[in-house]
Amino acid sequence: MGLDFSVVPGYLDTILLGVIWTIAITVAAAVVSFFGGILFAVIALYAPWFIRLPVRFFAWLFMGTPLLLQLFLIYFGLVELGIDLPAFVAGVIGLGLHFAVYNSELIQTAILAVDKGQMEAARTLGCSRGQALRKVVIPQAVRDVIPPIGNNMIALLKDSALVSVIGVSELTLSAQLAIGRTYRPFEFYAVAAVLYYIVNLGMEAVLRRIERKTALSR
Amino acid sequence: MDFELILKVYPYFLEAAVVTVELSVLTIILGLICGALGTAARLSRFRVLRFLGAAYVSVFRGTPALIQLFLLYFGGPQIGIQLDAFEAGVIGLGLNIGAYMTETMRGAIIAIDHGQAEAARTLGLSKAQAFRKVTLPQALRLMIRPLGVNINAQIKGTALVAAISVVELTYTAQRYIGSTYKPFEMFFLAGILYIILITITGKGVAYLDRKVRLP
Repeated sequence: MGLDFSVVPGYLDTILLGVIWTIAITVAAAVVSFFGGILFAVIALYAPWFIRLPVRFFAWLFMGTPLLLQLFLIYFGLVELGIDLPAFVAGVIGLGLHFAVYNSELIQTAILAVDKGQMEAARTLGCSRGQALRKVVIPQAVRDVIPPIGNNMIALLKDSALVSVIGVSELTLSAQLAIGRTYRPFEFYAVAAVLYYIVNLGMEAVLRRIERKTALSR
Repeated sequence: MDFELILKVYPYFLEAAVVTVELSVLTIILGLICGALGTAARLSRFRVLRFLGAAYVSVFRGTPALIQLFLLYFGGPQIGIQLDAFEAGVIGLGLNIGAYMTETMRGAIIAIDHGQAEAARTLGLSKAQAFRKVTLPQALRLMIRPLGVNINAQIKGTALVAAISVVELTYTAQRYIGSTYKPFEMFFLAGILYIILITITGKGVAYLDRKVRLP
């Protein structure tokens, strides 16, 4: 059975719809992982122990286990708890939490690296601790780790392929759908690979723009 | 938590963990070989090899590992590559992690000050000797920790072969979630085993790193 790419154009709209869903889930999960990362970092550094310890345990569990396993847990676990979420939402939660844990590690280090004088100065000016964190310390910390967070987001884009196993019809599952009809796995997975590569390039360009915009001119 | 169930199924998880260990060891060995070859290509004086090395890294890091795996396992037969799921898993994931390891190894080598190689050349060593006896030993020392990060990621990365039905930890967990409807117990059981594997590996890497670290 040789290769025959002439079957591809017939399924182009299915595949391109898959690309749109891949971008949608990546962006949604990236937003969750960014703000989730900040939240986890603040909890890990400042919350009282009865909140801090469970969150630390959760982070430890999520850092040490494969994303695929976590997706199964979230998808089937939520059903078990009687929460029936669409696959897309389960995928966003799974990807988002997974990368939030990684982002949180970066942000924690960055928060600790912000000069103590910043917090002290803000407090002297009458800000509460929470205000000082929110308006002075965290913005500076986050800006410092934009490039490594960007790397995590690139990894997130590629890992978004995993949500196909819980039934989100993004690019990978769209390719599988076309394969189910045509029995042409090589052609469609190759097309999917090329499309992922292109989206990846686009995302890198966007991230570079964000990096340039947020970098301080030192 | 249904501990009775956990006690009943844990032997199957241990068996599956052995497969995960086999997959990890084989993919990491293949990854190191690919990484070394990729690094040699990227640092070669021949433009063609440099291009091939860069293309290898770019393609394998620019697309999802899952797609690479599917392409090899399901698409392979169309171009005359017949592999069983385990073989496809090892080769696909090994090539994938090899691309990341190429960047790690190359980074360590170019981080060694060029003056080192120049001084060695001045002392009469050939180019190859200078690399083998001066640059490489210093670079190896720098590589251990970042390669440890790659290895740690790869142990978790082996979970992907569950998608092509290799019976390893994640596949086993998924199957038992399906048959027992106890997702939390099964996740916990598989998760603990992954964490044990990663912790042991991490300790090993840290030990090695301490051993070769300059005082």
